[in-house]
Amino acid sequence: MFKYFPHTNTDVKEMLEATGAKSLDDLFRDLPEAVKYQGDLDLPEALSEIEIRQKIGELALRNQNLISFRGAGSYDVYTPSVISALTSRQEFLTSYTPYQPEIAQGTLQYIFEFQSMICELTGMDVANASVYDGATATMEAMFMAISQTRRNKVLVSGALNPRVLNVLKTYARFRNVELVILEADDYHTSLASVKAKLDTDVAALIVQNPNYFGVVERMDEIANLIHENKSLLIMNVDPSTLSVLKTPGEIGADIACGDAQTLGIPLNFGGPYVGFMATTEKLLRKLPGRIVGMTNDVDGKRGYVLTLQAREQHIRREKANSNICSNQSLMALHTVIYMSLMGKQGMTEVARRAYNNAHYLYNKLLQTGLFLKVTDQPFFKEFVLKTYLNIEAMNKYMLEKGILSGLNLEKDNPQEEQEILFCATEMRSKAEIDNFVQMVEAFHVR
Amino acid sequence: MYDKLIFELSQQGRVGYSLPASDLSAEIALDADLLRQNEALLPEVTELDVVRHYTNLSKKNYGVDEGFYPLGSCTMKYNPKINEEIASNPLFTKLHPLQPAETVQGALEIYYETSRMLSSLTGFSEFSFCPFAGAHGEATGLMIMREYHLRNNDFQRRKVIVPDSAHGTNPASASVCGMEIIEVESTKDGTVDLEKLKALLNEEVAGMMLTNPNTIGIFEKDILEIAQLLHQNGSLLYYDGANLNALLGVSRPADMGFDIMHINLHKTFSTPHGGGGPGSGPVGVTEKLKDLLPNPRVRKENNRYYLETSPNSIGNVSGFYGNFLVVVKAYTYLLTLGKENVAKVAYYAVLNANYIKEKLKDDYKLPITGLCKHEVVFDGLRSEKATTLDVAKRLLDYGYHPPTIYFPLLFHQSMMIEPTENESKETLDDFIEIMKTIAREAEENPEILHTAPHKTIVRRLDEVKAARNPIVKYRDCL
Repeated sequence: MFKYFPHTNTDVKEMLEATGAKSLDDLFRDLPEAVKYQGDLDLPEALSEIEIRQKIGELALRNQNLISFRGAGSYDVYTPSVISALTSRQEFLTSYTPYQPEIAQGTLQYIFEFQSMICELTGMDVANASVYDGATATMEAMFMAISQTRRNKVLVSGALNPRVLNVLKTYARFRNVELVILEADDYHTSLASVKAKLDTDVAALIVQNPNYFGVVERMDEIANLIHENKSLLIMNVDPSTLSVLKTPGEIGADIACGDAQTLGIPLNFGGPYVGFMATTEKLLRKLPGRIVGMTNDVDGKRGYVLTLQAREQHIRREKANSNICSNQSLMALHTVIYMSLMGKQGMTEVARRAYNNAHYLYNKLLQTGLFLKVTDQPFFKEFVLKTYLNIEAMNKYMLEKGILSGLNLEKDNPQEEQEILFCATEMRSKAEIDNFVQMVEAFHVR
Repeated sequence: MYDKLIFELSQQGRVGYSLPASDLSAEIALDADLLRQNEALLPEVTELDVVRHYTNLSKKNYGVDEGFYPLGSCTMKYNPKINEEIASNPLFTKLHPLQPAETVQGALEIYYETSRMLSSLTGFSEFSFCPFAGAHGEATGLMIMREYHLRNNDFQRRKVIVPDSAHGTNPASASVCGMEIIEVESTKDGTVDLEKLKALLNEEVAGMMLTNPNTIGIFEKDILEIAQLLHQNGSLLYYDGANLNALLGVSRPADMGFDIMHINLHKTFSTPHGGGGPGSGPVGVTEKLKDLLPNPRVRKENNRYYLETSPNSIGNVSGFYGNFLVVVKAYTYLLTLGKENVAKVAYYAVLNANYIKEKLKDDYKLPITGLCKHEVVFDGLRSEKATTLDVAKRLLDYGYHPPTIYFPLLFHQSMMIEPTENESKETLDDFIEIMKTIAREAEENPEILHTAPHKTIVRRLDEVKAARNPIVKYRDCL
């Protein structure tokens, strides 16, 4: 017997009799012999829990936890202890998508709360129940805009995270969407660069804020320009900054999307995270994915259901805008609990600390004389500096000290020669920053 | 007070967090036109408020740990606790995805080894874990299919054949990657009609998507012939891994002639469904399609693992490398099962489904007789006095999660029951007894079914009202 299988020999015998099969093998008599596997599976023998802990524990030791000064789409953030205590409850963890609302009110209500909080942060009218990650959220937003405008060209800010851009490129190619990547002008998206490429074929402009280089974009004039052209403005935003920064709603964006990893989700080597999408009332019916609505039951009691399902793949099949079936539910719950704990005050406080840490680090690095300023654009928690130091050698040196230094931008884009993207979130203490800067100096004089 | 929204518990000034004292207390010095103008309405609550609120919300849910969850096509198997413990190791959760390869060798090895084990179980050469879910895997797989033809200068191949019984995701996935769907009719016994299939084949057909066993739980006995027809036509065959649990270790999709597949780790490999996600939808391919897999691929050389970005790939489909922690859980499950138990998954899953089929066929219409695989589809009650929806709602009163209902679309009153290998004969017998009781009630007192559920915390909800007058955020109900 094995711990996950309850079938005793007697059970098997009785159940086979009931089904009329002669043996367990006989249950597969409808398979042609040629497709029955006769080989020897290349799998290890079953391991006990004690051995599993040992084996995977040893594997884990081949990974290294580092003090991070790197962001670029994945941020070392504070995760309150309450979150895992609650998200690990079996009722949340082991249920599936809420097909039977009477026994899924827990899931439905937290999704309603998620939608509400995403709308509050983004300033938009309606949000969906979440999607996989920020990159796929941006891709879905792109197709919403194409479907809404019936135009086929999409302008993309040159200051969009290249990892998000890569996903856009893949999908755009298969759908014959023309992507036009604007030149990043002084590390931001300039009005002139948009103007130069805007025409009546343009479905949307996609801008990230704060952008890949950490710069806070100035969007008002760009938003007007886009709307005069009857195109849509898609903003990829970091929700952890939105209690401070002008919201996509205030800017007049048509779709706000992005990754909510910054709302308390650990780095997780890139996943699971959670993508979010929010839009205007006007575009509600183009929004992909699940949406939860409030209603009443037959006794008049308040309750929640999946709603507006006529948009979705199981009804529209090949006419659906998206093929997403479910959502990234448990991660959405993770962020809802985070936002509830942090609340109005905490969200602002975390944003302020990240801003302060990054600016402190920026000034300290400049003071060493080893770095050059590249722009005067305002930034939030990430920034680019130029250096004549050998970045790869410096980063290697930092690894030996247990530090993950900034990202060498030249590796992704040779034009960004000798440039490094630094980040300091609310997790970095002043002492850690001071120590890091000292290490940079030590590397220089070593 | 436990029926409130978290917003309704808010009291001005309350907080649920603490942060270290900060030496850097400057205010944000950005121009006013870059700053938020209107305050966000977020809850102001204490830590205990949050703990109570979400603990009480959780009690309004039903999970696998609580009881039988025979939701067809979803493989709601037991989610082992050791998977969760292993995946919560900070040496996994605190890894930045852009850390240098030499600092994440353990994580890369897990990707590599899981791919290797899945390859052994399915017969494919290599898996990519970049897709986040089944639907995402489908889209990725179809892109690989399309790309394969493009590389052969076969530009006109953009049609994908799916059976009329296919899941709604299949056609949606095809259109997401710029392909078109053609449906092939099923025979009376619910399998692909070979003659009808032949008639559809031409030089525009990129490939065909199939689940096997299909959506009604029947093995496509002509699979080798189907594969041969497609391949002779220059087309590829895609395996939707939704139903892989039926065949694990017994039969391998690549050996049936499939070229591409996706697996749902959250179905067959025991990772929790989490109320709808995160899942993982790895895509596997045969040797000739390996170079097309999404970027980046995990490679191994001289005992060192690294990530490779190739210009030959279809490109990236996710921000980083997929849902890593979900893969850690599936890896843990595979090591726990081991070679000696892996094939028993399919044996017991299929035994359980056939047992239910035999025991319920006198009370529920069985449109397709004969062996089923891991799930069984009934076409509603034999009694005409109540619908499948009524039966599902009545099951809630008895404390069960209902089966999948009104899918597949082939039958009007579909009821798709998938008992996984983890369920004991006693659990099945209890469920069978309740299903029979409900069938009796339908005859004797149908009203109790029509008005069910009676014992749940909310009863039937007004979906029409929700759609007609959408309230989709807290501010809408202020």
